[in-house]
Amino acid sequence: MKTLVLLTLVCTAAVFAADPPVLIQNATILTITNGTVKGSILLENDKIAAIGERVAAPAGAAVIDGSGKYVMPGIIDCHSHIMVDGGINEASVSVASMAGIPDVLNPEAIAIYRALAGGVTTVNVLHGSADAIGGRTVVMKTRWGKSAEEMKFAGALPGLKFALGENPKRRGNPAGGVPPGVVELRYPATRMGVEDVIRQAFSEAKAYRANWEEWNAKAARGELAIPPARDWKLEALVEVLEGKRLVHVHCYRQDEILMMLRVAEEAGFKVRTLQHALEGYKVAGEIARSGAGISTFADWWAYKMEAQDAIPYNAALLTRKGVLVSLNSDDPELMRHLDKEAAKAMKYGGLSEAEALSLITINPARQLMIDGRVGSLEVGKDADVLLYDGHPLSNFSKVLKVWIDGHQYFDRDQDIADRPKQEAERKELLRKLGGEPRRPAIEGGTERQTP
Amino acid sequence: MRWLLILALPAFWLAAADSDAGDSFLLRGGTIHTLSGAPIDNGSVLVRNGKIIGAGKDIAAPKGIKVIEIKGLQVYPGMIDAATEIGLAEVDGVRETLDIREIGRFNPQLVALTAVNPSSEHIPVTRANGITTAATLPQGELISGQVSLIHLDGWTTDEMAVSRTAALHLRIPSIQVSTRPVQPEEGAAPPPAAAPTTFAAAKQNFDKQITELNEFFDSARRYREAKNAKAAGFRPDLKLEAMIPVLEGKEPVLVTAIREREIRDAIAFADKQKIKMILCQAPEAYKVIKEIQQRDIPVILGPTLELPLNEDDPYDRAYTTPAELQKAGIKFAIGTFSGTASLSSRNLPYQAAQAVAFGLPHEEALKAITRNAAEIWGVGDRMGTIEEGKWADLVITDGDPLETKTQIRQLFIKGKAVDLDNKQKQLYEKYLNRP
Repeated sequence: MKTLVLLTLVCTAAVFAADPPVLIQNATILTITNGTVKGSILLENDKIAAIGERVAAPAGAAVIDGSGKYVMPGIIDCHSHIMVDGGINEASVSVASMAGIPDVLNPEAIAIYRALAGGVTTVNVLHGSADAIGGRTVVMKTRWGKSAEEMKFAGALPGLKFALGENPKRRGNPAGGVPPGVVELRYPATRMGVEDVIRQAFSEAKAYRANWEEWNAKAARGELAIPPARDWKLEALVEVLEGKRLVHVHCYRQDEILMMLRVAEEAGFKVRTLQHALEGYKVAGEIARSGAGISTFADWWAYKMEAQDAIPYNAALLTRKGVLVSLNSDDPELMRHLDKEAAKAMKYGGLSEAEALSLITINPARQLMIDGRVGSLEVGKDADVLLYDGHPLSNFSKVLKVWIDGHQYFDRDQDIADRPKQEAERKELLRKLGGEPRRPAIEGGTERQTP
Repeated sequence: MRWLLILALPAFWLAAADSDAGDSFLLRGGTIHTLSGAPIDNGSVLVRNGKIIGAGKDIAAPKGIKVIEIKGLQVYPGMIDAATEIGLAEVDGVRETLDIREIGRFNPQLVALTAVNPSSEHIPVTRANGITTAATLPQGELISGQVSLIHLDGWTTDEMAVSRTAALHLRIPSIQVSTRPVQPEEGAAPPPAAAPTTFAAAKQNFDKQITELNEFFDSARRYREAKNAKAAGFRPDLKLEAMIPVLEGKEPVLVTAIREREIRDAIAFADKQKIKMILCQAPEAYKVIKEIQQRDIPVILGPTLELPLNEDDPYDRAYTTPAELQKAGIKFAIGTFSGTASLSSRNLPYQAAQAVAFGLPHEEALKAITRNAAEIWGVGDRMGTIEEGKWADLVITDGDPLETKTQIRQLFIKGKAVDLDNKQKQLYEKYLNRP
């Protein structure tokens, strides 16, 4: 019994004890918000404790020689579907705000580790784009090895996914006509219908809120009244109206972007990010004035009709016109090289190195309103830190180590060193099972879809 | 008189070409990356009538030739995307714009070039990043058709054509036991569930396909014999006719094989049918190094920036394959297999660069997208390096083309200066100036 108690204590200590301090010396430190520092960075008690030309190593600190190496903040992906268990779309209805991504997360999805190895430390995990108003979204950190609950970014506001254009109208207007066996088409079939679905939903949400306010007032006065029925679909929309839930809108064409901004203004909420927004550059001024941010691809195009006018200059042009821009992946493969994607905004449109790196760090942090915690290397912020063997914007560089909250979650040397052991373990398991598994033709970890 | 006029014309063109036509010039004062030897600092490239006359340090400008000063700039051979769907696909989501897959499993008579759209927006967008040539592939179940090699410039497909029938494309059958449902497009109704396949049924189906494939090759052989023997009752057959260059070893077969077992099946098939094979995509080629090496089989790898095939593969599985092949002395090129959202042909140099980050020597990465691709596609005498006698397919840059921030300054295809403008640049300029 005593042993058990002791063991429990030791285990608890192991889980909750802060990691020993880490001091990286002689490195080129790209702070993002305060220029470049040649020197040291200290990670202590989950936070960045010091940055400077010289930082003394505290007792017990692990000292890493960063000579010739680069340090930057962890990458933030403002649009991903990794670790969503099963489908990402509650595609049966056009307003699916009762459904939630936070409840269907698989912490063992290999895509998490792969993203981590590409430097991604924070992820905005979204519902899909099949519904005009989709499900609830959640911000996660890629704390590989932890439970889904432990990966959640505590304190980050939740979100709601909206979708405009081809995807939400596909169930009402399928490509190539109505396939045999489809008994019922789903409204909407046009962009006009998409607008109507959103306006209608907020009209209902306001009436619902008024009903509750009325009941609350009665209750406060001590009057006896039957409370309105809880409607989880409308609850999420009320949270949007009250600014407690961020709105992320999947969109492509300029007309639907402006439609969304008009509807939001009419309903009385703010669009936090326009996702994809490949034609955002056509209405940069309007977007800048609305205060919405843009989270886009560096250079994807031509995969669907509404992506035909996409240009790789989108991020740079919008940045120049005063819009807060981030680059996202929406894809478990692209997610692994967002750093290389950022370099494209230098090639196409001439952003500076600092501006390019901001697209994958501080800008998405601001869009998700977590910039007080992550997105740059500043004393007091979360110790979400990457170590590279060269400049992160060079195609010849790669991530060597990743820390989240000061804890090392990825180490390339360790990953390579562990391979023989894992291969032996795999062989042993297979021997017990009686042979090689019959692999499916393609096994990707996370399903890939057209955005 | 009329004859005289016709004879006189070409002479006139030649004379004009030397003086003012675009395809004769001297590039002077840049760093020349010939890829046939060490880079030449402060070097020149002399081009006449679209062909390279020479590259070196001290090339005097012939009288009357146009001199282009390129001080501080770099010159590379035009990049070659060894596998794409360029010209065959415009918008992935709009089937009317797709000419990639024909019906039927034996289509050697189909030629990709036939369906290449010279007005495709992908062509100017791709070449703006220094890609001058692409192999474009029909896709399908077994034999999908003839791969065409095209220059990314030309008024018509004939002008674009480098090689109409560069290879026959064959996808080796696989034992498909997958029962995992395919995710529908976002918002689309789910497709009817595929019948779950037992391994035995899948194996039976595979055996049947291999047998059919061998029978097809055998019947093509009998056809050829009958044709050569001028046998009585011989009737032409376009499908079998298209197989003759393959059977005679004059044309290679591009064999798409994904998993190790498929690669081994492909090798066994090539051995049996005695065909000249180029392995295609082959993400698990690293498991079959010895056999590929022994037979000296060239490989056109798929994108380096790709997810591992298996969940328990190392995270960098696709990143290190090029370096592993290079160490084993296997000749390989890289194809983007573009035609979908993420796989843009214009990003070909970055696919090569990713392999450099994970161990491939820099020069070998450049060769994988120039010289090796040309040699594998049988046009090494015409392109791939900056050497005398080759077409002047040249890229002038302000830096290393494998680095994203590098800008392409000028591009020549067969000595002709190619416009770097494209739809995307035009939209950018238009909307940058929107009041």
